[in-house]
This record gives sequence, structure tokens and C-alpha cells, in this order.
Amino acid sequence: MTIGLGHYLTVAAILFTIGIFGIFLNRKNVIIILMSIELILLAVNINLVAFSAFLGDLVGQVYALLVLTVAAAEAAIGLSILVAYYRNRGSIAVEDINLMKG
Amino acid sequence: MIFPALFFYLFSGVCIAAAVMVIAARNPVHSVLFLILAFVNAAALFILLGAEFLAMILIIVYVGAVLVLFLFVVMMLDVDFTELRQGFLQYLPIGALLGGILLIELVLVLIGWTIGPNVQQTIAAPIPPAGSALNTEALGQVFYTRYVYFFQAAGMVLLVAMIGAIVLTLRHKPYVKRQNIADQIARTKATAIEIVKVRPGQGL
Repeated sequence: MTIGLGHYLTVAAILFTIGIFGIFLNRKNVIIILMSIELILLAVNINLVAFSAFLGDLVGQVYALLVLTVAAAEAAIGLSILVAYYRNRGSIAVEDINLMKG
Repeated sequence: MIFPALFFYLFSGVCIAAAVMVIAARNPVHSVLFLILAFVNAAALFILLGAEFLAMILIIVYVGAVLVLFLFVVMMLDVDFTELRQGFLQYLPIGALLGGILLIELVLVLIGWTIGPNVQQTIAAPIPPAGSALNTEALGQVFYTRYVYFFQAAGMVLLVAMIGAIVLTLRHKPYVKRQNIADQIARTKATAIEIVKVRPGQGL
């Protein structure tokens, strides 16, 4: 019973699907949507690290580090936009965010 | 050699269960805590894969900073979350349909896929054999030499994110007294103090 590349890729695929599913399921709650995006990026990272380990190439881990950086920046900016929006409107429901709709 | 498999199934099972709870929990605070659990288990999976540095980064930077930031924001925004959950069951069928289609596609890709025969010749930076160099050391030797521009770009991304977050959330309240450093430095002895002669027994 050895754990191969396919096992890790399956875990990553399931996590990715859960992330996509979460975006559809919680369409009104921006915070859960942001968390689902974090899950999707985690799945991508698991993929990159698994390929890096099983192919014996370190570049996958370098790339995973960069993905992690971008994910952290995205979370910070997203949450601060959310805080600024909540201060102005008093609500974070997604269907209320329609000011730019013509 | 049963233990690596056992731990793989343990960590991946907990990770997937926690991920399900992230999107299914009623309270967003619970969602954030389950997300922390999922990330810690993913870090354990990284350790099983031999990527210790990324595992530690995931725990320290992600769990320690980003997810705590999520927790702060969830607790700071005083939102009625039960109202936001309305329509949860209404979106369930279409979400399940799309998620199922996506999962089937991913599984089909996984089934019909093999590593190419000559991929071993195209490895850019081989992982050093076990025992010769630590993962952190090897990663640093690649990251700070060949990928140093990517490193700088990552730093720029974080800098822009930091400045953006500050600009978005900083606000000046008009009634709060603030320190004006230029005024403080421009003070001289002449403008700062006034010498008053007080006669004894009379006061001012």
C-alpha cells in the first residue's frame, strides 16, 4: 500500500471541487466565498508540491511559495475591501453590491 | 511501511472533512476555525511529501496571519449571518451539479494521464538526495539565485497589498487629536514658553 502521486492529486481535486461548490452554495456571503477561494488555492498548492515531490523537481515548491504569496495578498486586499464596503453600506450581502450596475 | 499510508489517509481525510465543514458551517467563525484545521492538515501532507519549508510557511504565515485576519474581520463585522444563509438549499442542486461535473472531469483527467517518458531530462532544479541538504537549504539555493526576480516580484506584490489594505481601511476621524510632528519639531523656546513674573502674595 504505497501512496503515489495519484492519491495526492485526488485529494487536491476533491478540495478544489469543495471550493467551487462552496462558492455556489454560499452565494450571499462574501466571507465564505473568500474562504472557498483559499481552499481552491490550497488545492493548487497541494498539486504543485505533489508534482514537485514525485518528479524530483524543486521548482514546483518555488512556484507554490509564489502562489502562497499571491493568495495572502489577495486575502488581505479582499478583506480590506470588505471592511471598507461594510463601513459605507452596513451590509455585506452579495446582492446588495450592485452600485456599479447601470 | 504502513505508517506513511496511514498518516496520509488520516491527514487527507481530516483535511477534506474540515473543508466540507468550511462551506457547510452555520457560523462563519466556525468556518474560519475549520479552515484553520484544513490548512494544518494540508501542512502535514506537505511534510509527508518532504516539503518541510512550505509546511512551516503554511502554518506560520497562513494560519498565523491570513486566517487570523479572516477571524478578525468575521468578528469585527457585526452582520446577521442567518439572513445571509437564506437560499442555501435553493443553490444546492445547481452547485452540486456543477461540482459533480467538475469532479468527474478532474477524475477523468487523472485516470487517463501518465508522466511523460522523457520528463526526467527536463528537470530544472533536482531535489537533493535525502540526507545531503535540508529542504529549506535546497529551496533557498534555488530561490535566491535562479528565481531571485520572482522573489523580488513576490515582495512587490506583498508591498502593494500592504499599502492597498492600509489605504482602504485607514480613516481619519475629525474629532481625534493627532500628533503633528512638523509642528512639534518647529517649536522654539520663544514660542513654547512664556516667563511670567509673579509677585509674592498676589498671584496672577
